[in-house]
Amino acid sequence: MPTQTFIVNGKKVSVDVEDDVRLLWVLRDLLGIHGPKYGCGLNVCKACTSHLNGAEFNPCSVPVGDIKATDEITTIEGLPATVGKELHPMQEAWLDIDVAQCGYCQPGQIMAAVALVKTVKAEGRSITDDDLDGIRNICRCGTYPRIREAIKAGAANM
Amino acid sequence: MAAPARPRPLPYPRPKEPAAVEPEATASAGTDRRRFLSYLIAAPTLVVAARLGAQAIHPEPAGAAVPSLPEPSDLFDLGDLQNLAASPTSGLISVVVNTDGTASFAMPRAEVGQGITTAIAMLIAEEIDLPLEKVDVTLADARPELVWNQLTGGSNTIRSLYTPVRIAAAGARSRLISTAAKQWKVPPSTLTAKDGVITSKSGKTVTYGAIAAAAAASKSSTVSVNLKPTKDFTVIGKSTNRVDALAAVTGAKVYTMDLVVPNALPTMVCRPPTINGTVKSVANLAAVKAMPGITDVAIVSTGVAVRGNTFGQCIDAVDALVVTWGPGTEDHQSDETVLAELKKAEIPLAVPPLNLLAKSIESEFTFYFRSNSPLETNCAIADVRKDSAEIWSSMKSPVVAQETIAQDLKLPVKAVTCHVMQGGGSFGRHLFFDAAREAAEISQKMGKPVKLMWHRTDDFRHGRTHPMATSRIRVNYSGKNVLTYEQRHTSVSTDFTHGFGEILTEFAAELPLGNLTFAETIFELTQNVPYNFGVTTQLLNEVDLGFHTGSMRNIYSPDVCTATELMVDQLAAAMKVDPYVFRKQFLKDARSKAVLDKAAQVGGWGKTMPAGTAQGIALHNEYKGCSAALVEIDCRPETVNRPIENGVTGPRVTKVVYVVDVGLPINPKGLEAQMLGGIMDGIAQVLTSSLHFKNGIPLEGSWDNYYYTRQWNVPLDVQVVIMPPTTGKPGGAGEFGVASSMAAIACAYARATGTMPTSFPINHNEPLGFTPLPLEPPLPEEPTNGLG
Ligand code: FES
Ligand code: FES
Repeated sequence: MPTQTFIVNGKKVSVDVEDDVRLLWVLRDLLGIHGPKYGCGLNVCKACTSHLNGAEFNPCSVPVGDIKATDEITTIEGLPATVGKELHPMQEAWLDIDVAQCGYCQPGQIMAAVALVKTVKAEGRSITDDDLDGIRNICRCGTYPRIREAIKAGAANM
Repeated sequence: MAAPARPRPLPYPRPKEPAAVEPEATASAGTDRRRFLSYLIAAPTLVVAARLGAQAIHPEPAGAAVPSLPEPSDLFDLGDLQNLAASPTSGLISVVVNTDGTASFAMPRAEVGQGITTAIAMLIAEEIDLPLEKVDVTLADARPELVWNQLTGGSNTIRSLYTPVRIAAAGARSRLISTAAKQWKVPPSTLTAKDGVITSKSGKTVTYGAIAAAAAASKSSTVSVNLKPTKDFTVIGKSTNRVDALAAVTGAKVYTMDLVVPNALPTMVCRPPTINGTVKSVANLAAVKAMPGITDVAIVSTGVAVRGNTFGQCIDAVDALVVTWGPGTEDHQSDETVLAELKKAEIPLAVPPLNLLAKSIESEFTFYFRSNSPLETNCAIADVRKDSAEIWSSMKSPVVAQETIAQDLKLPVKAVTCHVMQGGGSFGRHLFFDAAREAAEISQKMGKPVKLMWHRTDDFRHGRTHPMATSRIRVNYSGKNVLTYEQRHTSVSTDFTHGFGEILTEFAAELPLGNLTFAETIFELTQNVPYNFGVTTQLLNEVDLGFHTGSMRNIYSPDVCTATELMVDQLAAAMKVDPYVFRKQFLKDARSKAVLDKAAQVGGWGKTMPAGTAQGIALHNEYKGCSAALVEIDCRPETVNRPIENGVTGPRVTKVVYVVDVGLPINPKGLEAQMLGGIMDGIAQVLTSSLHFKNGIPLEGSWDNYYYTRQWNVPLDVQVVIMPPTTGKPGGAGEFGVASSMAAIACAYARATGTMPTSFPINHNEPLGFTPLPLEPPLPEEPTNGLG
């Protein structure tokens, strides 16, 4: 069985598992990192959204064998450390606005929001309603209006 | 088979007043001054309990003298029934004061996102005088002695726990104070308690934590307590953020699949190509068991279960199984055949056009199947041993679950422990315990602990669905008066075997309704027409077709209310009256008029709108509360045809003003959250979201097939207005946002397009917007395109 090596939330990890197992299962079932959630396993619901080398990605749809030893994966658990704080400004905004209901989608929502704001900032502009309309993450509890509000507030502090 | 139609004499007999069940209250000088009994429980630290079900049933007197007699649910509703059911189960709920200064409470209810842990913590903080963060509310394991009183449903948690929880907390506070008084040798009335600290006149202080052990009782006794008068509330009624928000945003909140139970390895089930299909044979059990990571394979009643090191390996194993399937139970049923069965079963409308001067309007509406699947799929952990079993799952009826699972496993009930986990949504799904039951069977068969998760595709296809229904309405009117209103709601039967059934059997005699089926009773206890429409009847008939059903958020109300309100708009048009003015003229009570007026005022009813866009307004009363929604919709082609990859756009609701009066809001911020969720459901149910049944199975298998509201469907302007307290008693909230928003959106659509929609969602009969995932193998292949 191959050994898979990569960096998660700043820590180097090695795990023995077949190449074709999707990264979400390696994180959740073998490494015990439970922030990224399963909502479909089809790259549709975006509940598993995390970052790979700073960019948004969906580990349910990436074979672990595609991950390189130098790749840095950030899950919701590692997000605050990327800004050297106890909480990322996006998480703070989520708390202020009390976005979560059941909370199940929220790690994915926050990771998607941070990536969106970064992209938009890199383009030298600020978030528009069209940008927010483009977010695919499902929230079956219907927290969408508060998510929109929180992203705008969080972006202001990023 | 269609059940025989059972029309009943009209109008309804007036409900008899149920006996008040507030046995603990003594003396009285107005509600706020009543004394209640709490129970001091012998324990090493302070434990004070109250009897569940101490909340009285207060049938509200009928409103003004009106042409419409009150309908049953005006006087006695589903929540009253649940409260009545609670009174004889003598289970106590208790608040514990710990030596670290915190108070804890194991709530016999399920938190699935509706915010009840926060609201209950607020009630305790209020009465015991502790900061909210020092109150810890957890979810209690199944407690069989509570019988039907551990059911989370019908938006009834706060209504049923509001008084008992406060009694226990107030009892604890008074015991802490009397203990300090004794130690300091001063009268208790000279002491004050605030934020967990007791202070004497002379400035001596002691914390709750420091005195909790001294306050503990060595033998149990009763203590009478006063509850805080409403005017002194500092926590109740104040917007408060959720107590579990930090855990949610950091990924630390533990759902069933995040729980680590030793050796409970990932487990999935290979399911049949049509619902209720059975395994005839499996050609390659041994080969699948030898696949990488797989530890066990077993045939179970729902399919073939596989257990392995990762869920990914389970998915591969499920798809590798070569199974010969027997037929399912609904293989010949598709949307069209179900609709035909419903039409056959409709109870005839009884009142003909009345006389030459009266006119009649009649309409029929169809509501297709909808999935109540939350984002977290069905899941459970089970560890079944030879003579015991332990189950972890989000269960809203854990007592029924425990009894059923014990029976399945042939174990005594007390050998089965059911732990209630935090749920990733519910919407009616977790009233059932399908995953817990299946996990227990698998664990017993394999002789090992299992962590069972349903695949998303299975959750849509084999999970429970809100039943398809038709609603037929006829009104007779003459001049400016409505003389009769008849509604016949015909539905594929809703499964109520999760505990409501037991309540109804036990309390059949107490009900004001006579001998109806469970579903008819629930229908009668929840439905009403808030207007003076003369002789009013709303009847339900059900067709039992063997689908996996379950009520979705707000049971019958969203469909019934949408049909009603579309009819109201037709009546207003026929009488040439503005829809808002018409409603105001015909509404029965002042609270309804107040929410309607507020919505019209805040939303700017009647403003001029461009062609292809319109406003809609609608109303719904339930849970001892009133709600009104005013929405704006944009049905112009440039909006409807916005391109979104693998999604439906369609008309966009651009603005919603939602006004709600729940009697006494406990946590306005939490209430607003529930209304927002209900509005998103209303949008989905009118415009986009349904299951298409084809030859015994839904075609939908992913969130890109089942079109629940997505960001591109969300209104940019949503305002929730919470009315100040009206009745002083909390009503229900969790489901209250759906019905009037759904109805208002349907009305707005009709006004914007000039065509009244008659089937829901409006896109259901358009060509499918997706290519259905294959039925065999059952699970779609895992994608490899996750790098974006
Ligand atoms: S679980 Fe990864 S996108 Fe749904
Ligand atoms: S908060 Fe429940 S799914 Fe989003």
